[in-house]
Parts: sequence; structure tokens; C-alpha cells
Amino acid sequence: MATLSFSNVKKTYPGDIAVIHGVNLDVTDGEFIVIVGPSGCGKSTMMRMVAGLESITAGEISIDGKVVNKLEPAERDIAMVFQNYALYPHMTVFENMAYGLKIRKFDKKEIRKRVDNAAQILELSHLLDRRPRQLSGGQRQRVAMGRAIVRDPKVFLFDEPLSNLDAKLRVQMRLEIQKLHRRLRTTSLYVTHDQVEAMTLAQRMVVMNKGIVEQIGTPVEVFERPASIFVASFIGSPPMNLLPVQIDAQRRVLDENGALLDFEPSQVPAFLADRKVVMGMRPEHMTLHAQGVPLNVEMVEILGSEQLIHGRHGDTPIVLRCPVGLTRDYPLQPGEAVQVGSDGTHALHWFDSDTGKRLEA
Amino acid sequence: MIERRPILDIITHLVLILGVAIVAFPLYITVVASTQTAQEVAQAPMSLIPGSHFLDNYYTVLFGHAANTPPVARMMWVSTVMALVIAIGKIAISMLSAFAVVYFRFRFRMFFFWMIFVTLMLPVEVRIAPTYKVVADLGMINSYAGLTLPLIASATATFLFRQFFLTVPDELIEAARIDGAGPMRFFKDVLFPLSRTTIAALFVIQFIYGWNQYLWPLIMTTQEDMYPVVIGIKRMIAGGDSVTEWNLVMATALLAMIPPAAVVILMQKWFVKGLVDAEK
Repeated sequence: MATLSFSNVKKTYPGDIAVIHGVNLDVTDGEFIVIVGPSGCGKSTMMRMVAGLESITAGEISIDGKVVNKLEPAERDIAMVFQNYALYPHMTVFENMAYGLKIRKFDKKEIRKRVDNAAQILELSHLLDRRPRQLSGGQRQRVAMGRAIVRDPKVFLFDEPLSNLDAKLRVQMRLEIQKLHRRLRTTSLYVTHDQVEAMTLAQRMVVMNKGIVEQIGTPVEVFERPASIFVASFIGSPPMNLLPVQIDAQRRVLDENGALLDFEPSQVPAFLADRKVVMGMRPEHMTLHAQGVPLNVEMVEILGSEQLIHGRHGDTPIVLRCPVGLTRDYPLQPGEAVQVGSDGTHALHWFDSDTGKRLEA
Repeated sequence: MIERRPILDIITHLVLILGVAIVAFPLYITVVASTQTAQEVAQAPMSLIPGSHFLDNYYTVLFGHAANTPPVARMMWVSTVMALVIAIGKIAISMLSAFAVVYFRFRFRMFFFWMIFVTLMLPVEVRIAPTYKVVADLGMINSYAGLTLPLIASATATFLFRQFFLTVPDELIEAARIDGAGPMRFFKDVLFPLSRTTIAALFVIQFIYGWNQYLWPLIMTTQEDMYPVVIGIKRMIAGGDSVTEWNLVMATALLAMIPPAAVVILMQKWFVKGLVDAEK
């Protein structure tokens, strides 16, 4: 168990290709941190720098207060779970899990004890003599985790460990990882591009984009108060609706074409007066036939108890998520014009249209 | 084919049987001839029924001195040593060089790889004179070292291992690094076991290559006791004035066929097991 900290960490590949632009992050002991972002945002690179598989161009990474920049992966006391498991195909499950301990010259009895213990936690005890190819995807994933557990490392690194599994198994393994962390309390860094995984697993999540940390916070914080347009459009399913608007001196809201949108001035913070901004509304925090934005319905998706109403205001796509019951009496047809707006209980989000940063009083 | 026409089945089988007969008939002649006396073999036409001198002939060639050659047992030994050293040496050297080329970043890495690759254009026959000079100057004439060393370097095997190593996922070496395995440990514990089938295949090919070497040993060896069996066969077939004892030649030829055939048959089992067990 240990802390992990990044201080102004940068990564530049040969040819001056900068992929990480100065990341600062402090992970406390036993915390489960998820790094989430679209592909190519540098999240895997961050993890590989912690593991020691990539060199650190500038800045420092420390584990338990000790700078590890120059240490070999084996000396950092970390364990990593790979996306494609990276099990040794010619070794049995037992040998796979024991390999790291064997190299570290653990005594045979101790190895047996640790592997048996890990196998029991992961329900692999009956599979110890199998080869990886005789296992299902979920079982392989558990072996990969077992290999990490037996080492009892300071930090666990998970590199998109669930993306090779089918949807059902993914949900199940997600719960297992959560249970495992609750049991072992090992500091963990988890990389994923799946926001659901990030939201459900993280104690704190790090949202990255193009090598920059956009926001660090608990899943609730990130969801409720996204720090930038990027975070707002990345987190949430479907993502937040973003509408470029102009606020006039009377705090009235005008759309890009200058048409007045029906919002109460009280919904608009005073400091936004006379400013061009981007207004954000969560699809689930909106309702039909309220005051707000005129919308041309394009498509309605029924999800069961809820429905997604897709439409456009001008060129801006807008999605609304509401109970199916809301339109039971008069189902919406594509082409219909409706009015959508905030449900009144959730505040609107405002972002600077140039910097993309969240605007708050 | 999934067509079910009996007539086609019959034709297919006839063609196959004919093919097998064509290939197997000379072999049968060899077996038959090696069981007859020299006079019987010399008759025209030769009898196609096995004779009664099987044990005599084989005892003579294995332990006695036939014309111009040491006992076949000795030559077989030389051949076996030569083929084994060449096969194992080639595999060891090319595996290590492929390991270096694939897994280590060093200066002029690709240059060295292409250097190795270019030697494909220089088989033994092409460089035989300079090689002989070098080996002779090193005093390795009539020695196992002289017989094998010049044949051990192998671009083909290096290339094969390189291609195989490139298919091993990078995550495996990363996992091994995190587990604390150094490069040689990774080589021994992960890469080597994964290469077993490739090694088996190469061993078969290289053993036969080594066993069948003719030109190089012919130049290299001046003492009878360093002749491999392939040269022995040639020397038994006498020139104009003396009579060739064909029964003994045939017996020797048959004996010379056994080790490569055995290697193929034994390793094939291994091979198939490796393929069925395909671990990926």
C-alpha cells in the first residue's frame, strides 16, 4: 500500500511529438483512481510511465514518496493487468501466478500459500493446473489479476482490463474488481475509455484529453460540475447537450441566429450578462413542453422505461432523456416541433466559448 | 472434396497408389539387393525376392572393411555427430542472434540483420575455397570442428526465428519485466518454450541438411576415419578396375537413410503435438 504522485510529468516521443503535457496528480494510500479519456489521449502512456515501460521525459513520478523515474519495472513494486491479459501461454495458471514470486526467489511454501490464497479469492482454485488457452476470457482476466495480487505490490495498474470481454462479463468483472479493491485496499490506477467503468469503479477519476488533464474529481463531481466542454461532452450517456448562445445585457438568452430562447433571466447568472457562451443541459435534466429551446424531433429511441428524443435546434443536435410515460398519450413523430428546457430542479451549465472552461460565479 | 462418386474415389486411389509405387520401388530394390550376395545382385535381371544374406551383409558393412572405406558404424557416428552439431549449433546461434535483433535496441541493428540476411546469397559451395583456406590455416582439417563450424551460421534460421519472435505479443515481455525477469530469463522461461515447435521444425530440416553434406566433407577430410557415411557410399562405388559390391553399397545406403528418416518420424510426432497444442 502506498501513495502515488505525478509532478509535472511530461512525455515526448522522438521527433518532438508531445503526448503528455505536464500532469500533476496525487493518489492517496488505498485510493482507486480511474484515468478516462478517448483513445490517443495519453492515458495508457501515463500508466506505462508508472509501470516503467515508458521513460519519463520530464517531471517526477513517485511511489510511496520515492522517485521511481530511473527504476526498472521490477524494482518499482507495482503489478499490472494488461488488456489482453499477457499470460504466459506455456505455463499453467499456477505457474503464471507464481512466476513473479519465483524470480524474486520466494520460498516454495510461501509461493504455494500466496497463490492458493489469491486463487481462492478469485475462485480459480479448481483451475490451477490448466493452461491459459483452456480458460474463458473472464477466467483469464482473473488469472491476470491473480498474478498481480500474489505479489502484494504497492500499486496495481489496470490497463483497460475489461475491454476484451463481452458486455455481460464486463459488468460482472467490474463488480469483482470493486469487491477486490474493497478487500485488498491497494492503491490502484485504472485506465479505460469506457465512462461507465470509470464512473462505477472510481473513487476519483481523471479525465484526460490530448495529453492534458481536464478534470480530477469524484464521479459525482465530474458528472455534476464538468470542468470543461470536453468533460461535459465525454461523461454522461448520452452526453450533455451544448448549445452556443449569446447572453444579452438583460440576461436573456439568444441562440446563434439571434432568436430569443425562452429562459428565465433568473436561470442565468449575473456575471454572464453580455457574453457569448456555451450553455449545457444534461439530457436527463430536461423536460418536454417546458419553456426553453424549440426542437425539431428527428428520432425517438425507446429504451424501456425511458426514451431518448433526438432532435435539432438549428444545426445543434439535442437529446432529451425522459420517461416513456411522458408522451404516452401523444407519441412524438419525427418532424414534429416541440419545446424542451430545463426541468427546473437542475441548474444549467455554462462554458466559455473560447477556452471551453466552466464558468462559475 | 465432398463429392460422393465411387468412381472418382477409385481413380484417386489408383493415382495415389501409382505415385507411392514409383517412389517406393527403388527403395524396395535397395532393400532386396542388400540381402543378396554380390553375384546375385550382378545378375540381370536381378531377383526381386529378398535373399538370405541380410545379416552377413549388414555385419560386413557395419564392422568389417569394405572396399576403400572404414566400417560403416564409424562413418555413421561421424555423420551423426556432424548432423547433430550442425543442427543444434545452427538453432542455438540463430535463436540468439534473432533474439538480439528483435528485442534489443542497439546501434546498426538493422545493418547487422541485413548483413546476416545477405549471407543467404553465399552458400557453402560458393565460398568453399576461402572457407577451406581459413579452416586449414586454423588446423581444423580432419576434425569435427572443421566439419561443422563453417556450416553452422544460418541466415535462414535467424530469419525464421526473427519472424516468430515478432509474433510474440509485446505484452508478454512487458509482463515479464514487471515480474522481474531479465532478458536472458525471459529468453529461457518464455521465448524458448514458446519456440518449441519452430525449434522442432528447424531441427528436422537442419539435421537432414547436415547429414546430407557431401562437398564440404569431401574437401575437408583426408583421413578415412573422418568420412561421413555419404562420402563412404560414393567411395564404395569403385572405379573401372575393381568390382563394385552392390549388395554392400545398398546395405550402406539403407543404413544411411535410417537416421534422417528416424528424425523425421520421431520429430513429426512432436511437431503435430505442438501444432495441436497451439498455445495462443
